[in-house]
Amino acid sequence: MRASFLRLLSRRLAAAAPGLAGVVVVTFCLMRALPGDPAAYFAGNAATKEAIEQVRVKLGLDKSLPEQFAVYVRDLARGDLGQSVTTGQPVRAEMLARLPASLELTLSALLLAVAVAVPAGVLAATRPGSWVDQAVRVLTTAGVSLPTFFTGILLVYVFYYLLGWSPSPTGRLDSLFPTPPRVTSFYLLDALIARDFETFRACLRQLALPAVTMALFVMAPLARMTRASMLGVLGSDFIRTARASGLSRRTVLWTYGFRNAMLPVVTTLGMIFSFMLGANVLVEKVFAWPGIGSFALESLLASDYAPVQGFILIMATLYVLLNLTIDILYGLIDPRVRIEA
Amino acid sequence: MTAAALRHARYVVTENPITLVAFSMLLILLLLALLGPALAPYDPLKSDTASTLKPPSARHWFGTDQLGRDMLSRVVVATRLDMAIAFSAVALSFAAGSLAGACAGVFGGWTERIVARISDTIMAFPLFVLAMGIVAALGNSVFNVILATAIINLPFYARMARAEANVRREAGFVEAARLSGNGTMRVLAVHIYPNCLPPMMVQASLNLGWAMLNAAGLAFIGLGVRPPTPEWGILVAEGASFILSGEWWIALFPGLALMLAVFCFNLMGDGLRDLIDPRRRT
Amino acid sequence: MRCTKALLLGLVAGLLAVPSVVQAQGRADTLIVVTEVGPNMLDIHAPGANRPSYQSSWNIYDRLLTFGSKTLKDGSKMYDYASLKPELAESWQVAPDGMSVTFKLRKDAKFHDGSSVTAHDVKWSFDRAVTVGGFPTFQMKAGSLEKPEQFEVVDDYTFRVKFVRKDKLSMPDLGVPVAVIINSKLAKQHATAQDPWAVEWVKQNDAGGGAYRIESWRPGQETVYARFEDWKSGPLPKIRRIIVREIPSAGTRRAMLEKGDADISFDLPPKDFSEIAKEDKLKVTGIPIENSHRYLGMNVVKPPFNNLKVRQAVASVLPYEKIFSTAFFGRGILLSTPVASNTFGYDPKLYPYKMGDVAKAKQLMAEAGYANGFETPLYLDAGRATTDEPTAVLIQEALGQIGIKTTIEKVPAANWRANQGKKEMPLFVDQFGGWLNYPEYFFFWNYHGQNATFNVSSYVNPEMDKWIDSARFETDQKKYADDVREMQKVAMRDVPRLPFVQLYLDVAMQKNIVGYQYWFHIQLDFRQLAKS
Repeated sequence: MRASFLRLLSRRLAAAAPGLAGVVVVTFCLMRALPGDPAAYFAGNAATKEAIEQVRVKLGLDKSLPEQFAVYVRDLARGDLGQSVTTGQPVRAEMLARLPASLELTLSALLLAVAVAVPAGVLAATRPGSWVDQAVRVLTTAGVSLPTFFTGILLVYVFYYLLGWSPSPTGRLDSLFPTPPRVTSFYLLDALIARDFETFRACLRQLALPAVTMALFVMAPLARMTRASMLGVLGSDFIRTARASGLSRRTVLWTYGFRNAMLPVVTTLGMIFSFMLGANVLVEKVFAWPGIGSFALESLLASDYAPVQGFILIMATLYVLLNLTIDILYGLIDPRVRIEA
Repeated sequence: MTAAALRHARYVVTENPITLVAFSMLLILLLLALLGPALAPYDPLKSDTASTLKPPSARHWFGTDQLGRDMLSRVVVATRLDMAIAFSAVALSFAAGSLAGACAGVFGGWTERIVARISDTIMAFPLFVLAMGIVAALGNSVFNVILATAIINLPFYARMARAEANVRREAGFVEAARLSGNGTMRVLAVHIYPNCLPPMMVQASLNLGWAMLNAAGLAFIGLGVRPPTPEWGILVAEGASFILSGEWWIALFPGLALMLAVFCFNLMGDGLRDLIDPRRRT
Repeated sequence: MRCTKALLLGLVAGLLAVPSVVQAQGRADTLIVVTEVGPNMLDIHAPGANRPSYQSSWNIYDRLLTFGSKTLKDGSKMYDYASLKPELAESWQVAPDGMSVTFKLRKDAKFHDGSSVTAHDVKWSFDRAVTVGGFPTFQMKAGSLEKPEQFEVVDDYTFRVKFVRKDKLSMPDLGVPVAVIINSKLAKQHATAQDPWAVEWVKQNDAGGGAYRIESWRPGQETVYARFEDWKSGPLPKIRRIIVREIPSAGTRRAMLEKGDADISFDLPPKDFSEIAKEDKLKVTGIPIENSHRYLGMNVVKPPFNNLKVRQAVASVLPYEKIFSTAFFGRGILLSTPVASNTFGYDPKLYPYKMGDVAKAKQLMAEAGYANGFETPLYLDAGRATTDEPTAVLIQEALGQIGIKTTIEKVPAANWRANQGKKEMPLFVDQFGGWLNYPEYFFFWNYHGQNATFNVSSYVNPEMDKWIDSARFETDQKKYADDVREMQKVAMRDVPRLPFVQLYLDVAMQKNIVGYQYWFHIQLDFRQLAKS
């Protein structure tokens, strides 16, 4: 079992490697094709042509493209993601500092989406064709049709400006509160660990609107998947047997139906999570959330290629690792599933 | 289509009132897209600095923007551009992706490996960021937005087509076609490929909504469509800066229009799925 | 199951709805500033330092001298460029021959790390400014401060600056944000062979001795300043702590101001200022930014705009009024001549054309050989899109009347400098503002044949150069006024650019904030603010 597991792991990683390599190459080409001249920007106001050339040499931009690519790959191998021209900080440091913010937001949104969509999907599955089913379908489809940037703005307008329920959309924590001492880098968890409930509540309030905005967008596929899976399971033989044996409706639904229906939903969760990590650029922009998405967006618009490259690479790696983990978990949980090489 | 198919279609559409509503909304949108400029009461590009930032009224049903342009006209005319972008992107994606996938499924070997690698590479990217990167690198134009949206949607079609082609490769009717002397290319083109299409059309209609949101998202951050061209995403971006000062109509109407169109496409997709393959109803 | 869901929702709503008590306590002795972008580095001499870094520099570093204040007719305060006041230097003496000035530094000044400030620090800092290249060196040069040999340490608390020529800008140039006094002992500890000026370290750390020190700096999010209790170069500031938060969305910044979650901001679109000024919740001051204007520029060396008649045709149809009221909401001065309204030599009568004369414009186009018009891109800086995009659309419409079809190209803010340098844009909306409020200073960078980066039109005319060079060193007041007038006449005859507005520096603040003063660097001077 151990040997075959390792073999599986290495086979999967080998299969993912070309994809990652492709990402590195494509990203490099795209970034070099961006308009604008980082050397001119970096040289600053009123720089002469000579000064700009000096900066160009210093940044290594005067070398040919293949040479630059070789340098880039070599740096990558050392874990050096380059330096951001706009913030002047090393990209790796920036990413590490900002990643927890994006993860906290995405995970919260995912939890929220699951908390709403899964019960809704189950509900719809137990009453197929009824108005409840239709309502769930319409509502979740409406959620996925909303442009996230628009939803975010509307929510800010209603809940902050008109109603005053939410705090100003200014990031993870109002600066009048101390940042909780760093344990996990997730402010919510850190605040709880430090037993600082004031800060915990403040963080939660800041997280509410952006998490809702993101959650709305992914509820549809989750609800749909849950419903489909539940329907499939509820129609199977063993459920019919359970019902015929006189087990209560509740036991049939939850103990037997739900558990078995959750497997494909878990797979979907993984895909949705990695999709959200990439799609959160707009939400982070609207809510001034200091995550890697907003940083990548600003950098792209400033033709600051290093952070964008770093962002894409990290996302791609996370995506591959995540899918790998889910495949393995799936295989471990469900022995019936044979994972093909 | 045979009489039975038509009856089935009518049954599906009427049995589910939502699909009917979605279908009608889609027809209205298509009508607006085709007739847009003719229906618009004002010139969407003409400024009127005497009546800037006016709320909805009898003269301007959707109000006016910062330059006094009529929002109703701008939203209606934008329909054409947004629909065109969505349809073109999905059509391009569909054609290229399905062809590549079908070839991969039928020929296997290196074709399959190459198509799979390209698909994997694209899928490994955070898709919206890839679209952003492509448009930023290639320049702000409608064509580049279409291209970028098409590229990020390729893997879905390629993957589906490959799976479908794989299944049908060994099917009876294909065997029969081969035995009667048809070359592989002809079998692929005439027998396998057309049969792969129906399930992918469902994906296509769902994709239309996603393509539209993509284009709007790109416009929101300033990539793609150039001012003063009206496009829903750009209109929302312009209106976003006015919402917190109370001029809600500039962003609301284009946002609603966008939402409605995407909503329409998604519901249509669901309806189509029921139509094409009742077994796969979800 | 439905019960637990309802319970959960109720709990969440409850947690969110109750406002927190902690927030109220911190606000009284803290000033919260909201802005779009904050400093990207703490060292103003570092290449790529952005404009907000001038604000941090101004407040955490001292300079030798500063400027006094004057009060305008409407009660608002601004700096007085004619009045120099001591800061680090207690007094100074210009030599009888006018070719040097000797400063006596105060003896009790300390840096934030507790060490004393001496003339050695001043010399090191000034040597650095003129050696490090880029903007700081260019700015020092504007006041004829060019070589380390000009800076001399007489003794620990006496410092001399030798002039290479008599330049009326030399003394004021010592008060600009670039002429900071850095803690050289601290910085030198972090210098390396490749980085002798310790730029890498000073970029990220506080090496200053100014009235405020950096308590914390999170680039891209917020900067927190704390009052330096041992500051001796002026009266101790009233506010103990300043938090500058970076909020990308202008609407959010305004909402925060209106709700009291922020105290002051100068970083809002003109529309918001015009509305806030009309409501009564906040104080708004708007002072025209000295020696600045926003303009429509044309490339005068490449067709079609190399043809003078084409440029004059554009001048005749430019929709000045519409742009001023619709794109800028009247928050400024409608300026049609190059010298700003609060700069010496301002004269709107020097505008020679008739505004909105479409017939004349068409005639000029025909005479130029473009009766059927032509197509051209119109560039603007996307960072200023809030005002410049509507401006561009209005210009597009107006030019359409005479057959010029434009496509609007928005250039990302970070690429704008590169575009300016390449000088390939045929038609563009741009702006310029000079720190030193002298018209010839503005003309030197924008109209002179030296063809600096800011002369984006590539305008080279020896006739113009003659007036500019004369004005720069002219001491006779009447001749100086004539020079300035002639400069403008040539500028308006040749119209390489069409200025159309001089913007206000609008600042919105809570009613209890006092002491705000306009500075030429457009940034906030925290040392003068107080909460009453």
